[in-house]
Amino acid sequence: MTRKQRRLILIGSGIGVLAVAVGLMLNALRDSIVFFNSPTDIVEKHVGPGTRIRLGGLVKSGSVVRSDNLSVRFEVTDGKTVTPVSYQGALPDLFREGQGVVAEGVLDARGTFNADSILAKHDETYMPKEVADALKRSGHWKDDYGHQAGASGGGAVK
Amino acid sequence: MRGEKLFSRGIGAGREALMIAELGHYALMLALGLALIQAIMPIVGTRTNDPVLMSMATPIAIAHFAFVAMASTALAICYVVSDFSVLNVFENSNSQMPFMYRLTSVWGNHEGSMMLWVSILAFFGALVAVFGNNLPVVLKANALAVQGWIAAAFHLFILTTSNPFVRIPQAPFEGRDLNPILQDPGLAFHPPLLYLGYVGFSIAFSFAIAALIEGRIDAAWARWVRPWVLGAWMCLTVGIAGGSYWAYYTLGWGGFWFWDPVENASLMPWLAGTALLHSAVVMEKRGALKVWTILLAIVTFSLSLIGTFLVRSGVLTSVHAFATDPMRGVFILLILIVFIGGALALYGWRAPLLKQGGLFAPISREGALVFNNLFLTTACATVFVGTLYPLALEALTGEKISVGPPFFNATFAPLFIALMVVMPFGPLLGWKRGDLLSAAQRLLAAAILAALAMAAALALEQGGPVFAPLAAGVAVFVMVGAIIDVAERTQFLRVPLRVVLRRAVGLPRSAWGTAFAHFGLGVTLLGIVAVTAWGSERISEMKVGDTLDIARYRVTFAGLFNRQGPNYHEAVGRFLVRRMNGDLIGAMEPSRRTFPVRSMTTTQAALMTRGVSQLYVSLGDPTQKGNVAVRLYYKPIVLLIWLGGAIMCAGGALSLSDRRLRVGAPQPARARVALRAAE
Repeated sequence: MTRKQRRLILIGSGIGVLAVAVGLMLNALRDSIVFFNSPTDIVEKHVGPGTRIRLGGLVKSGSVVRSDNLSVRFEVTDGKTVTPVSYQGALPDLFREGQGVVAEGVLDARGTFNADSILAKHDETYMPKEVADALKRSGHWKDDYGHQAGASGGGAVK
Repeated sequence: MRGEKLFSRGIGAGREALMIAELGHYALMLALGLALIQAIMPIVGTRTNDPVLMSMATPIAIAHFAFVAMASTALAICYVVSDFSVLNVFENSNSQMPFMYRLTSVWGNHEGSMMLWVSILAFFGALVAVFGNNLPVVLKANALAVQGWIAAAFHLFILTTSNPFVRIPQAPFEGRDLNPILQDPGLAFHPPLLYLGYVGFSIAFSFAIAALIEGRIDAAWARWVRPWVLGAWMCLTVGIAGGSYWAYYTLGWGGFWFWDPVENASLMPWLAGTALLHSAVVMEKRGALKVWTILLAIVTFSLSLIGTFLVRSGVLTSVHAFATDPMRGVFILLILIVFIGGALALYGWRAPLLKQGGLFAPISREGALVFNNLFLTTACATVFVGTLYPLALEALTGEKISVGPPFFNATFAPLFIALMVVMPFGPLLGWKRGDLLSAAQRLLAAAILAALAMAAALALEQGGPVFAPLAAGVAVFVMVGAIIDVAERTQFLRVPLRVVLRRAVGLPRSAWGTAFAHFGLGVTLLGIVAVTAWGSERISEMKVGDTLDIARYRVTFAGLFNRQGPNYHEAVGRFLVRRMNGDLIGAMEPSRRTFPVRSMTTTQAALMTRGVSQLYVSLGDPTQKGNVAVRLYYKPIVLLIWLGGAIMCAGGALSLSDRRLRVGAPQPARARVALRAAE
């Protein structure tokens, strides 16, 4: 094998693997990313039923209804719009009314959001970053949200 | 009453502690000064050819470590004696916490964890200074100077934005407690090990920059750097595996890997570091891939820095993101730009000066190692894209997306599986010129066993994912391949057993290390596949006396009772585990702990280990009727995931103990012969 052939094989296989990786990534970025939406976004962007999204906002106070077999219904609000959510399963430790929540799932035809996972993902102020940003955008951010937990140097939950 | 308590505290515990925090602060400032001297003097020495200035690097690096250690110890003392007049202690500790958590909460917060970061950096610098006697003077001086730059930057960061020694004028009586999620033995091991890995790669980085500054490099460079890379890699491996196990038992639903950006931040340096480990072998043995190895050394530590940035700057929300402060993010970003940008610019400028090694045949040991590098770096790139794309997109368009497991399963997994398919061939190929056909023949047994495993998996599986039998087959192929590698080297079955044993003992430790590490990776993959594809879960509401069946077990809810801990109270559920025929195996007691200081609740899962499989129970919210939500999982051969990590680490240790690589090891054989001749 000549020097030139060796170099060709090495460079060729390098480009080959990279091309495969780029192809895989582009494909995956098209199919498997999930957009974050607030209840208002759902209305404004006309998110259709069946599209997988993340919904974030505050759990509306007094809206949580638990029924048999760990199924639970509640409403997520960003102060302007309300989206009903249904979920079956155990809720994370830090799920509570009036606090921030992020749910992942799809909308059904009647506009109810069927969540298959509820993320207990937030920082020490009990507010997911995405939710805080969304609330600030919609003008419903209150400064005392940041102090509800009463602690400042805390951690957060995955 | 309260005022009196405050007062007596301020005098009593305050007085000797008063000095300690200030002492720590002062030591840290002195450490900054020393780091700056370490950063400048040796380089001036190498430029002006002044041996005195160059040799100053060693004592300064040791002194630097001494002062950083003093500062860290001071902080640790403040925590242990619960000196709440120190803001950092007040915010993250509590006198009710057990001693161990008071100590480990030193790094359970932003400021303290940065202190740990620089302590380990200084520690490594001192190690190079002490054990680097066989290094060329110029290389050592330059490398320690680069260490000095990194240390100075981080000291400055701590002193200006994250000072842990800040006092509160009116000392509170009690602290705000450590985040309950972190009140776990895992906190004692996971962060230090992870940082030993992250920061350990700084040595390779410093040596790479030193080589670039000097403009020359030879195969010996790889031999000096490899032990450090290997050590860092071992720590990172165990650190990641330990973190994964911690998440598994503490988050309440038994996930072991989430493709969370913070996890990815530790995986990326691991992948790049693994590639570096392998390319350094080629450089050492064949004098090739020099420029590439230098680049990998820079990239690996750059990824460690990026990891630090992701976790510490507050751009991500996660269990690892402590308090956020925009100033810190900007400062760390600056450190990133200066060090990564500077290193890459230096690389672009100086690398063409380095003498290139020769080309080599694609089918050979070194060719296989190039493929290893190709796959590892590409896999690392997919993780990089998946982790940073959402951040970049948000910064550019404001659109928020999440890139979760589906992305990584579709990109990282195929590349890594492909890597593992070719992995067993590598060690069986000869240097310079390998024989693929004979390697394939020798792996025939592995291939057959892999095919059997696949068939068995297919037969056992009821409607699981299609990838699972395939990946299980690959795992078996890798494991058996590693065994065959050792069997071939010892001529197992071809010579008497006695000879085999002698050969096994005489085998280079690094060959054992390779076999162990590769075997361990196979073990980990097997565990991942089994849990993902064949694990089962039951989530249900249970009342006392209810029974759930899972796998081959029957689990009965026996009742709920309360228990008081040192700084929490918990509701404990008692579950009895029986075989299907009714024989009692034992009890499991998951609980929900409530920590009054932060009014937070955590879930403590209960684990029952059966062989390498586990039963996993965790409690959810109590429902209105006094029933409990119960999550019950059967995790088949789950322990293999972390056992594989331990085996990989053992492989690293074996490799590290190889004569050839020992820190401070003698010169290559040729030089020794020359020396002896001179005597």
